Amino acid sequence: MRARAPALASLAAVAALLCVLPFTLGDYNISLVAQVGVFFVAVLGLNILTGYTGQISIGHGAFMAIGGYTTAVMSRDHDTNLVVTMLMAFAICFVVGLLLGLPALRLSGAYLALATFALAVSVPLLPLQWSKFLGGRDGVEASRTVSNLWLYGAAWTASAILFVLAWLILRGRVGRAFRAVRDSEIAAVASGIELPVYKTLAFGISAAYAGVAGSLFVLATNGFAAPDEFGIALSLKILLGAAVAGLGSLWGVLLGAAFIGLLPTVSSSVPVIGSSHGQDVVFGAAVVLVMLLLPGGFAGLLAQLRRLKRA
Amino acid sequence: MTQSAAATSATRAVGGALERLPPPTSLLLVAGAAGLLVGSLRSEVFAQLTVQGLALGAVYGSLALALVLVYRATRVVNFAQGELAMATTYIAYQLIKWGLSYWEAFFATLAIAFVVGAALEVVLIRPVLHRSVIAAVIVTVGLFILIDGVVNWVWGGDFKFMPSPFGTKIYHVGGVSISRLYPGMFVVVIVSVLLVWALFRFTKLGLGMRAAALRPAESALVGVRVEWMLAIGWGLAAVLGAVAGLVAQPSQFVLQPTLMQPILVYAFAAAVLGGLESPAGAVVGGLAIGISLNLVVQYVPAITTELQTPLAFAVILVVLLLKPSGLFGHREVRRV
Repeated sequence: MRARAPALASLAAVAALLCVLPFTLGDYNISLVAQVGVFFVAVLGLNILTGYTGQISIGHGAFMAIGGYTTAVMSRDHDTNLVVTMLMAFAICFVVGLLLGLPALRLSGAYLALATFALAVSVPLLPLQWSKFLGGRDGVEASRTVSNLWLYGAAWTASAILFVLAWLILRGRVGRAFRAVRDSEIAAVASGIELPVYKTLAFGISAAYAGVAGSLFVLATNGFAAPDEFGIALSLKILLGAAVAGLGSLWGVLLGAAFIGLLPTVSSSVPVIGSSHGQDVVFGAAVVLVMLLLPGGFAGLLAQLRRLKRA
Repeated sequence: MTQSAAATSATRAVGGALERLPPPTSLLLVAGAAGLLVGSLRSEVFAQLTVQGLALGAVYGSLALALVLVYRATRVVNFAQGELAMATTYIAYQLIKWGLSYWEAFFATLAIAFVVGAALEVVLIRPVLHRSVIAAVIVTVGLFILIDGVVNWVWGGDFKFMPSPFGTKIYHVGGVSISRLYPGMFVVVIVSVLLVWALFRFTKLGLGMRAAALRPAESALVGVRVEWMLAIGWGLAAVLGAVAGLVAQPSQFVLQPTLMQPILVYAFAAAVLGGLESPAGAVVGGLAIGISLNLVVQYVPAITTELQTPLAFAVILVVLLLKPSGLFGHREVRRV
């Protein structure tokens, strides 16, 4: 228990900081930090699948799209409470994730990357096909918009709840099974782990997280769910966020989310690289450098620092 | 080796490749080819679409072959392959602007592409490869964004114009008019694919590369420089990609940074259809995807041009679920 004390202390510090921030920041900065919260949920979810269970997904933008459209459509047609729509997004994406996890059972490594890539590109095109219900290219507008402060509160409350949930899932039997699947499928089966159950479960949980992130994401874009918002770029961003955070670690997720949430904004305000494409250069280069120099991502860096301090 | 001996050996290699095909696949190929021939004789539009589809399909096939070479060498699906091809096309554009003739620029670009491809493997992929495939794939995704950003930064996102190497001549064959562009594209791609195939099949270097891809540890024991072979494999893949980019550009009439993004999607579909392990499958898969997409959009009313990309993805998903090894591949058997 004593080993966990510093971890709990830093967790409390982060939570306290997040509670204080809205009182000190301007409205624009609040919206930025809220956006980091949205990405936090998405990266956290992907980390459960890719980091802990070893199944790559380039398709989490697709689950975010499903979650986002759930919120927008329910709000448009039934004026449902927005928090309720988030719970619905969680449930719907959990089921969709389980179902999509079934075909994914047959695939691994590069093949799974290709299949989920296919998913990421195809799902945002569905609204164009069923444009009456899903609004076509113009998207669906939720019946109301929310203030940045509301969004901030919702995003970080969801983050906190889902972080604790992830910690509870990963610390016990299920988490051990996930890690066993990641480290060696054959060894996992040999020690009595039902591969299909845990792989689809990981897909479901991970998709449910992405669904919540998606519905927050829609609220962050003025209540609009449009196909372009959920393109392949979003899926790549989340994957890169999880990679930079350090696969298989909960602590790096905060830094990974901040990285993908803030870097484009920060780098576009720097003079020389401030063009819209300069930030792509910085983003791509940063990802490649982090992968090369920090094998464990930010989480690995944190662990190294801790070791240095102890030595 | 005398010329006739080389020819016999080549014939035997082709025959051997055909024999190894699973019977349903060869039947399917023959039936498809026969259908295309009959359709082309009966309708001029069909013939035109088929020729066009063959040319575009050759481009998809060449990029798919690049993906397969990389996959066989390093087990990585290179998501940056298309952007790399696009970037090398911009290099050719720049060389032509500096006063080189089209074909001088073409070959200079291929040389540059080889060096860049090999360098990427050595500098960026090799250090992460031993960690995990996921890490390497993520690096290629980062590279995708990086290359895209660099090209936009250096050349801007607006349309650029390059001279067409094939001119604007139009051939008339039995009532069918075909722009010289399409046979030109097809010939350039197929010649480069055949050259790469010959390199793999008939040279000691090619043998070394095949050995390094299949049995790295054992090849190292018999003196193959495995690491060099992998780098050369990446270089060759970049060359094939550059050919695909250079040849695809005139078919789109303008040069812009999104040149290869749809083509990468079709190349993925082609590589999966043929089997990620099979070079011949990638080329045939590319031709099949090119022709069938072209025909489907014309003859199936429900499928519009916007649905071409999802259709290619449907192909990926269906093939991966029904027969992950693809049409030409063999089931992977792994010993524990």
